[in-house]
Amino acid sequence: MLTTRVPDRYGRFGPFGGRYIPETLMPAVEELTQAYHQVRRDPEFQRELNALLKDYVGRPTPLRRADRMSQALGFDVFLKREDLNHTGAHKINNTIGQVLLARRMGKTRIIAETGAGQHGVATATAAALFGLKAEIYMGAEDVKRQALNVYRMKLLGAEVHPVESGTQTLKDATNEAIRDWVTNVRTTFYVIGSVVGPHPYPMMVRDFQSVIGREARSQILKLTGELPTHIVACVGGGSNSMGIFYPFREDPVALVGVEAAGEGLETGRHAASIQVAERGILHGSLSYLLQDEDGQIKPAHSISAGLDYPGVGPEHAYLHYTGRATYVAVTDRQALAAFHQLSQWEGIIPALESAHAVAWVIEAADQLRRDRARVVINLSGRGDKDVDQVFHMEQGGAQ
Amino acid sequence: MTTNNSLHDAFRAARDEGRAALIPYVTAGYPSLSRLPGLVAALTEAGADVIEIGIPFSDPLADGPVLQRAATEALANGTRVAQILEMVRDLTPKAPPMVFLTYINPVFRYGIERFSQDAYDAGMAGLIIPDLPWAEGQDFRLAAEASGLALIPLVAPTSTDSHLHSIRTAKGFVYGVSVTGVTGMRAAVDSGVRTLVERVRRVVPLPVAVGFGIANAQQAHEVARYADGVIVGSALVRTIMEDPSHAEERAYAFVKELKSGVNQLGSKA
Ligand SMILES: Cc1ncc(COP(=O)(O)O)c(C=O)c1O
Repeated sequence: MLTTRVPDRYGRFGPFGGRYIPETLMPAVEELTQAYHQVRRDPEFQRELNALLKDYVGRPTPLRRADRMSQALGFDVFLKREDLNHTGAHKINNTIGQVLLARRMGKTRIIAETGAGQHGVATATAAALFGLKAEIYMGAEDVKRQALNVYRMKLLGAEVHPVESGTQTLKDATNEAIRDWVTNVRTTFYVIGSVVGPHPYPMMVRDFQSVIGREARSQILKLTGELPTHIVACVGGGSNSMGIFYPFREDPVALVGVEAAGEGLETGRHAASIQVAERGILHGSLSYLLQDEDGQIKPAHSISAGLDYPGVGPEHAYLHYTGRATYVAVTDRQALAAFHQLSQWEGIIPALESAHAVAWVIEAADQLRRDRARVVINLSGRGDKDVDQVFHMEQGGAQ
Repeated sequence: MTTNNSLHDAFRAARDEGRAALIPYVTAGYPSLSRLPGLVAALTEAGADVIEIGIPFSDPLADGPVLQRAATEALANGTRVAQILEMVRDLTPKAPPMVFLTYINPVFRYGIERFSQDAYDAGMAGLIIPDLPWAEGQDFRLAAEASGLALIPLVAPTSTDSHLHSIRTAKGFVYGVSVTGVTGMRAAVDSGVRTLVERVRRVVPLPVAVGFGIANAQQAHEVARYADGVIVGSALVRTIMEDPSHAEERAYAFVKELKSGVNQLGSKA
């Protein structure tokens, strides 16, 4: 299979990626790029990172056949259990790496944006581990939707800044984090939570999350003696999916990214930027973006706060553009059904984000059965954080 | 290429009068697009040397609260890029040189070639894009300059010497960002600005205008002592916000006051 290494040294993945940020930040991202290239080759850094992933995060996470689900659907389904990580999602793979790097660079102050609060919690956790102060920007709407995660961040010693501007969700929290970064750039390290942002973030976050795919690849080979036919993961910004896709990129394996179709693609109320595939530039890189004819950003909609983002990482845009990965979308309703279904089949309550990946496998079951598929689902997080929301939704009917 | 010269001429005229150029900013569509002609007339009459017209964007990440609010309201009342381009066409003949300030995505979406051509045809002289750094923006720069529009380079207190060298061949003027931060009023002018202006002067043969944070005539006066231009955005828009129904009068009075600030220079260094 012909593959060129991406990104190039300008941070471009084909036509996507790059660095679209205020001039003030350019020296900082350049410094970060240098520092990252250094630690990438530094055995001492890698040792420290791996030790933390093992003894603090709890890696490797298991990969196991989901027996009752496999039986019900008529083909093999394996779950990669990122929900078993410390703090309950894959997000911590990345925050440990970035905070370790921040410390190397002598940055004393950590900031982050968060949607569902998972990345905020993971950042607050990593900061606490190293005795650093974390300040987390979170849309005021999400602060309401995810009150428990706000409290968790505070317990961990972080300060949470509710963001009242715009749609008061993840994109606005990201705007505000960038405003903070531009203001305090000399002392502050911005821990971005997905494979988005200016170069080197999409590459760096991909690398930190690739531990998922490296483990999964050797686990499935050991377990079954062969590669899977499909890898399926949900796509918000795209970090858990990129993390599991990347080590399989040169294998004959279908890579399927599942976006949030919200109330349905036809309603316009969704978060499926790759389904729409309109190019645009936001938060530092060129990718696919939900926008109107004037290039104004359209608010995203999803039942899951972690997928509620109008953009997607530039490398996913590239994988769509080259055809190496396939992107599909499932609705809120389908995700919610899968949330219940997996809980009952396997005794595992998935995060609503991860339930999107499960839902697609259920939707596509007939075809997958005919193809004798062996599917690996990346279960990016656990559903504890969503139980309260789903409970109220189902009690109250509407939300 | 005449429009580029218009910026050059505006700075030269100010310099010949022994003062800095005054560059006020307003957001198109705030308080409403129909007020833009009146606002531009007021700024012109009050003595603006160059006028910046903001094209509102939904996610203005280089802006502080005042300009965020102006953009949000402008979009909420239906302001469209094409309407702004159409409207400035009638304003440019009667105004000092005008430049657009907007974010990269509206320009990218419109198409940089088409945008540059339409802006140039409407009589605009330049384009400022705060989230397009010079190193990333070379294609945009070529497209803009091919139409006769100057892509204005920005420099910040954090800018490296190599960045300053890379903008030597830019057109129009250099936009000096006075602080690490976003737009908005500050209690005092950062003491590092002067150093920044001097660093730019040593390598770039263009006028340097300073913006971000200049709040009043006193601060404008202070900056005018060493910079070639003084850019005032948030403070002006906030003045308008205090009484939008009298936007034109408020803008006129405030810019007049700023103008006296840049005028009373005594001897220019
Ligand atoms: C459990 C979980 N999965 C997925 C996501 C989506 O992010 P990404 O696409 O970067 O993996 C989130 C984001 O908060 C999350 O918490």
